[in-house]
Amino acid sequence: MSETATAWPHQVFRTLKSAGVGLVGYVPDAGHKRLIELCLADREMKAVVLSTEEEGIGLTAGAWLGGVRSALLMQSSGVGNCINALGTTRECRFPLLMLVTMRGQIGEFNPWQVPMGQATPAVLAAMGVVVREANSAAEVVPAADAAARLAFGSYQAVAVLISQQVIGIKSFQEQAAQGADSLAKAAR
Amino acid sequence: MTRLKRREVVEILLRDRGGLLVVAGLGSTAWDITAAGDSPLNFPLWGAMGNAAMFGLGLALAQPRRRVLVVTGDGEMLMGMGSLATIGVQQPRNLSVVVIDNERYGETGMQRTHTASGVDLAKVAVGCGIRFARRVQSRAGVVGLRRAVHAGRGPVFAQVKVVAEKIPLVLPPRDGGLLKSRFRKALLGAQADLD
Repeated sequence: MSETATAWPHQVFRTLKSAGVGLVGYVPDAGHKRLIELCLADREMKAVVLSTEEEGIGLTAGAWLGGVRSALLMQSSGVGNCINALGTTRECRFPLLMLVTMRGQIGEFNPWQVPMGQATPAVLAAMGVVVREANSAAEVVPAADAAARLAFGSYQAVAVLISQQVIGIKSFQEQAAQGADSLAKAAR
Repeated sequence: MTRLKRREVVEILLRDRGGLLVVAGLGSTAWDITAAGDSPLNFPLWGAMGNAAMFGLGLALAQPRRRVLVVTGDGEMLMGMGSLATIGVQQPRNLSVVVIDNERYGETGMQRTHTASGVDLAKVAVGCGIRFARRVQSRAGVVGLRRAVHAGRGPVFAQVKVVAEKIPLVLPPRDGGLLKSRFRKALLGAQADLD
């Protein structure tokens, strides 16, 4: 892989830091693995693991009420869990920054991921969320930076959809191997 | 038999509230906190059912030096029960979640909720790692809960059993943008409007 292909999580993390994000809510996803680790390791950033993505919509709104900027990390399947709560984001004009790793796109190996993945841009748009798609690793950081500006500068709900091509996991076996790698690290 | 009345319980919890930050779940508990006295430091939800406790967690993490109270209903809490696990993991010392449990969906025709069939939310909270988790059925219990909310070490959870009754609506403002902005201004000062 090229340097850009592997460096984007670090660069997105720096983008979040320079945007003043102090709180990150997440439901684990293989595509966000590195970025989640960076958020957890940062002393100034609070990373909150959620039981479902919908919780993140309340978390981020509550943090804004308290004067703290936040971001949500999730997989596209989790977008579906947020829909009703996004109505509150819109009615109250809470800023919202979602970084969504996509499944169900070109190259998907699990057919059950396809319906929600394909519907993700449309359902977000239907709820008034501005959608920006990053189709290559080089597009992720500029998209995240622009999204943070729009969210916090203009009080908008914004989602960056990080393409499955960027994530690059192409099989169950590859996904399982990443988990095995984590366990091995934890055991060391 | 439970004899507690919801408006009296909430009035006791919010009396002399000082700097307490209050989030209410949609429906009856939003009317309850308003009946106790509308305040810019109230955030009554009119939507996002199941998310009240998470609004409270976000606020508590953002404002670790302020006390945060979430007042919500049994139906609302049942819809977001996973948030008790998320709160249990975070262990915010300044957050209390109080469920006003009338065992009914009050805004839709008083249909029975799961708690009417014995679902014990206080035990769920204990199972989620919230050590101060009580089932409250007496006035003395409410007074003890008030102390925990205002001065105890959180996270605090209580399931307060109240009479199922139909009482007059006391409505807070319903413009979400207004509720957000007035809350931030009261908490953060004039700078809030410029952030």
